Amino acid sequence: MSTMPSTIAPDLSGRRPPALGGFNVTVLKLEIRRLTRNRRTIIIAIVVPVVFFLSFGLNRAYDSHRAGHGNVSAFVMISLALYGAVLATTFGGAMVSIERAQGWSRQLRLTPLSPVAYIVVKILTALVLGACSVAAVYIAGVLSHKPSMSVGLWIATGLSVWIGSLLFAAFGLFLGYLLPAENVMQLIGLILALLSFAGGLFIPVSQFAQVVQEVAKWTPMYGLNQLVHTPLLGNGVDWTWAVNVVAWLVIFAGGAAWRMRKDTARV
Amino acid sequence: MIALAAAAIIQSMTVTNTDPRAWPAQDRPLAVELAGVSKNFGRVQAVRNADLRLRSGEIVAILGPNGAGKTSTIDMILGLSQPASGRVSVLGMQPRQAISRGLVSAVMQTGGLLKDLTVRETVEYTASLFAQSQPVGEALSGAGITEIADRRVGKCSGGEQQRLRFALALLSDPELLVLDEPTTGMDVEGRRSFWSAIRKDAEQGRTVLFATHYLEEADAYADRIVLLRQGRIVADGTAAEIKAMAAGRTVRATLAGASEALLADIPGADSVEIRGETVLVHARDSDAVARYLLTQTVAKDLEITARGIEDAFLALTGDTGSGTATTGSGTATTGAF
Repeated sequence: MSTMPSTIAPDLSGRRPPALGGFNVTVLKLEIRRLTRNRRTIIIAIVVPVVFFLSFGLNRAYDSHRAGHGNVSAFVMISLALYGAVLATTFGGAMVSIERAQGWSRQLRLTPLSPVAYIVVKILTALVLGACSVAAVYIAGVLSHKPSMSVGLWIATGLSVWIGSLLFAAFGLFLGYLLPAENVMQLIGLILALLSFAGGLFIPVSQFAQVVQEVAKWTPMYGLNQLVHTPLLGNGVDWTWAVNVVAWLVIFAGGAAWRMRKDTARV
Repeated sequence: MIALAAAAIIQSMTVTNTDPRAWPAQDRPLAVELAGVSKNFGRVQAVRNADLRLRSGEIVAILGPNGAGKTSTIDMILGLSQPASGRVSVLGMQPRQAISRGLVSAVMQTGGLLKDLTVRETVEYTASLFAQSQPVGEALSGAGITEIADRRVGKCSGGEQQRLRFALALLSDPELLVLDEPTTGMDVEGRRSFWSAIRKDAEQGRTVLFATHYLEEADAYADRIVLLRQGRIVADGTAAEIKAMAAGRTVRATLAGASEALLADIPGADSVEIRGETVLVHARDSDAVARYLLTQTVAKDLEITARGIEDAFLALTGDTGSGTATTGSGTATTGAF
């Protein structure tokens, strides 16, 4: 070694890993910008829930019928805000499938960005889109003058929907790591429509046949849908709803972590 | 002397020390070290017991046909996969630790870019991930992509994308640059300008490791060539050494009771292979080998064959099993002849 010119010996002092595993605001900003460039995602996650609300939430009977501390129109608005938020966060999470297909996630593994920091970026990005979706439906609600509940309940239900949609950011990540990019987005639209029906977002579960009701209670949107309506209905929390949410969160997050570890495919 | 040797042994035992500041200037770790590394995918052995040591500032080509284990080797050096056995270290650290410090970068042949980001955004994104990085504008101008900075990556040509990948790889001023088949799909001119950029860059002391299946590319641009065949390193030397090994003639003879020890003193032999009773000696001076075999041993049915460099390279790296020269493997293959 001593015969080697000293200029060739690399000086590694002062070389350090980045703080927070590489997480930073520039990345978050660029990821959000990417999301806004995807017109189809914006339409599905923001425009569709608003159109649904304007089509189904403004029924004349709804604003005169009471539902807990508000009216049925408010109840429907919360359901459709949840539908939008869930679409948004699932899409946000599932974007990893596109990144995998383009070899970007592999490229990122050749940078200091830690897998945890990357997932945090993905989840935060998904939550930003989720917030836009909730806000869009709620603004449509305000402008339509139909939903009625106290200001506190607008805020409480809106926040519950938004935070609850985190469950589906994990779902999106799981699907994004599980499925190939070509059909993941179409498949998600279909899966979420089915889960929304089963979870009672479009039609109350109590109107299903008894057998279907029993099955529906085990699906991933059921518990969340019940919980986000609790502030409005004031009917107390059934512990099975919380169990439903926690159990599915464990399944989705665990599945995403498992698939992510296996993800070493080259493009 | 004994004290020095002891110090060297202790030094070699502390290779796993991961704090680079712990290294005195004269004892900097190797750029890359593979020790007894194997990797398999199911029953396929992609890399078999590879030993490789790269010193700082070397430009080394990993040469071999598709499926020889080039990519698997590179993946382990980059920490993208783990060896089944053996040890991989990069600059005296585990690969992932070197990457998190920006000490290792790689340019892959395709993919690895987001189509919906612009060129500038891609550089910004990547630059933000390192503790220290070259300024974005500098990286763009250095790679000659300032004019296309605001273009979406998906709309860039293959050559432009490759320049962008190159810019990304240099952002952290890495000590080791790994290139996986970097010029695939480039035209002759693109290939030439790419390599002159790499060459210029390496003059500043950067270690460059590249995988290729083009003999001429390894010949023209590497200081040293590591030849892979079926997951095994079959040759490791300068281009001239490899060429000498691949050139020359093969002397084949039947020799009962042949052993490696017996054949160790054949004059001028580059490599010796024993297959049952068949002895294959590869040499530049085939006459000397033939003379030795016929006069000093009981060899019979002697046969001398010549071949071109391309054939020789194929024989060295091909997976047909009919190759006549492998260095020192000496494995007996029954029924091959």
